[in-house]
Amino acid sequence: MPVAPASRLMSGREPLDLSTDFFSLFALPRSFRLAAAQLDRAYVELQASVHPDRFAAADDSARRLAMQWSTRVNEAYQTLKKPLARAKYLLHLAAHDVADENNTLMPADFLIEQLEWREAVAEARAAGDHHELEHMHHRLQRELSSRYDELGDLFDERQDFVEAADRVRRLMFIEKLLADLDEAMAACDA
Amino acid sequence: MALLQIAEPGESAAPHRHRLAVGIDLGTTNSLVATVRSGLAVVLNDELGRPLLPSVVRYLPDGSCAAGYEAQAQQAIDPRNTIVSVKRFMGRGIKDVPYREDLPYRFDEAPGMLRLQTVAGVKSPVEISAEILRTLRLRAESALGGTLVGAVITVPAYFDDAQRQATKDAAKLAGLPVLRLLNEPTAAAIAYGLDNGAEGVYAVYDLGGGTFDISILRLARGVFEVLATGGDSALGGDDFDQRIFCWILESAQLAPLSVEDARMLLTRAREAKEYLSFHGVAPISARLTSGEIVDLRLTTETFSEITRTLLAKTLQPVKKALRDAGLTVGDIKGVVMVGGATRMPQVQRAVGDFFRQEPLNNLDPEKVVALGAAMQANLLAGNRSTGDDWLLLDVIPLSLGLETMGGLVEKIVPRNSTIPTARAQEFTTFRDGQTALALHIVQGERELVGDCRSLARFELRGIPPLVAGAARIRVTFQVDADGLLAVSARELGSGVETGVVVKPSYGLSDDEIAAMLKDSLAHVKDDAQLRALQEARVEAERLIEAVRSALAADGDLLAADERSRIERGLLGLHNAAAGENRRQLVVAMDDLEAETKEFAARRMDRSIRRAFAGRNISELAGDLSLAKSGEGA
Repeated sequence: MPVAPASRLMSGREPLDLSTDFFSLFALPRSFRLAAAQLDRAYVELQASVHPDRFAAADDSARRLAMQWSTRVNEAYQTLKKPLARAKYLLHLAAHDVADENNTLMPADFLIEQLEWREAVAEARAAGDHHELEHMHHRLQRELSSRYDELGDLFDERQDFVEAADRVRRLMFIEKLLADLDEAMAACDA
Repeated sequence: MALLQIAEPGESAAPHRHRLAVGIDLGTTNSLVATVRSGLAVVLNDELGRPLLPSVVRYLPDGSCAAGYEAQAQQAIDPRNTIVSVKRFMGRGIKDVPYREDLPYRFDEAPGMLRLQTVAGVKSPVEISAEILRTLRLRAESALGGTLVGAVITVPAYFDDAQRQATKDAAKLAGLPVLRLLNEPTAAAIAYGLDNGAEGVYAVYDLGGGTFDISILRLARGVFEVLATGGDSALGGDDFDQRIFCWILESAQLAPLSVEDARMLLTRAREAKEYLSFHGVAPISARLTSGEIVDLRLTTETFSEITRTLLAKTLQPVKKALRDAGLTVGDIKGVVMVGGATRMPQVQRAVGDFFRQEPLNNLDPEKVVALGAAMQANLLAGNRSTGDDWLLLDVIPLSLGLETMGGLVEKIVPRNSTIPTARAQEFTTFRDGQTALALHIVQGERELVGDCRSLARFELRGIPPLVAGAARIRVTFQVDADGLLAVSARELGSGVETGVVVKPSYGLSDDEIAAMLKDSLAHVKDDAQLRALQEARVEAERLIEAVRSALAADGDLLAADERSRIERGLLGLHNAAAGENRRQLVVAMDDLEAETKEFAARRMDRSIRRAFAGRNISELAGDLSLAKSGEGA
């Protein structure tokens, strides 16, 4: 994997501005698989130099700039940290936008499976069955994890953005389901 | 006021002076001011050696007022004009105030932020809080012997935008430049973390007089990162007093009380609560104006029984914050207790039982917030050197949303987003030639507008008239490091910046603040004009220093003519600051700011590059072998 962005940045030739892409911003290679610790470290280092707290005693324009930069760095970090957001962002950079809402054409078997999941969550929630919800949560996370592994292959080895976009659309369903599960578990706690 | 000499180009700037900055804990019951002296955070006492300032303000018929112990001593005699716990009213409407029928105040019936009728006229909670802040400012200035560069003022982490803005407005009225609004539990974490070299994930349980916060933070070397926060901005020690008060009324079978008697019994209730922290039984006795005698004994058991639901109410946000952080009780390394109300033994027990560990009480729960705020103020004022500092990453406590069709809320910024943060959203017109657009911003987690707090209505004006649906208006919602929202808008086709008119639901307009500022200056003892000039000079001095040190550090980024223009601006400001004309001083500051704009951008760029240069290439190129699909698993 090339590490060009990092060296380019340090050579100081590449102009660095608020529109610099998130991977370059953190000096990370543009890939789906990334080292979380490295991202975390780059994030903290960057915030340490742009955060508004560093410019609290500076003049107005420096303070405004610090807020813009710090905002941008936060956005970049949140995007790269979460695998779904990172995948969508990679597609966006490759001009293969997922077309979030318009393209909902999914194979029937996938949709039926999703429907079944959803019913099961609703049932367990109605019954206040925390144990069952937790069990489903584990299963879903395992499934997510293996799907993201496959996505890593599509992005980083095969550069198959069309197929990747299709997988990402499915992952959006599953992540939504996981969020619903979290909410159901929270409701049971209360 | 002596200004620093301007360094010759190329000459390195002299080590800057220690800038006077303070941390202020503006509490519901008590307030404090602290500063860092000789590297140590200390609370500044009043002339009688008392650290606390009771958050009580009494208004007098001549329009003046007294704040603190003096006002507190008169609260039973003059309850209508003596305002206690004003923090509960900040950024709130009259319908938001619980048990308002038990309060002795006369509220003004008006929409928006509530107002109180006093003998000195109608007062907004912002003005009342400003009196407390002004008292603390004067205390600090006389203790430190100079004008303050600024203050870090703490707010409950769970304060919404209106409550934060009201606090900032109060500081403005009090003549205090705000370096930052800092969340109270975060301030406590800074004080605790720095004093103990703590590392790991900590919870801060902060039960104050009128507010409850829970924050989960990750403390690492030089980084304080808030992972999640939650709370209840209308739950605190006051509510425990109220439960005792109700118990007294019931047990003594009292007839409806006069406002004086009610205020006195509330005081007795508070005393009983404090007594029970060290004893098993508290005697409560009082003679009412009606001649009735109250003589009761409150046991710890009864007290625990009547306040059980309050404790349970604090644990709900704790569970939610843990869930939001994706953590469980087992992940928490320590629980820092903050706020006077955590002195109650049943609070200690409940928290200990929940987290399955002894809470940490090695810092004074009443002072820790002010001390942390002072440390942060010292950092923000630039009194610490690089490498000897820390980074604070805080979050927004409540989601920001937009009213959409059918009274539904569309979330724009989710709760617990790290600040500063921004979201942009595109809107279009639905009528031909439409030139204005109204947006309603709410804060809260519920799906219906009616269940969230209304923050403000924004009206975008000056949209170029086009056919329906042709205008594309990009609205940016920016939350700054104080957790405050600003909205800006631009029509994408024409690039026209559209004007945004803000109508805060529970806040003050700029005009109202200006009027209050004028009004307040009529009654303060210090000469207002001299004061304004002095403040402008401090501001000018700060700017001159900032530009000088920027030139010393990064002067090479400037071409010769750019540099000389900035030098000219510096000289102009230096001369203006020596004069007596405040107007000229402000103009000179604006001029210098304009000249340094481009310089600031280049410096920021360099600063970011340096962040990368700090790491070596092998480190950057390395650990790809670690590569996994991130945190999806």
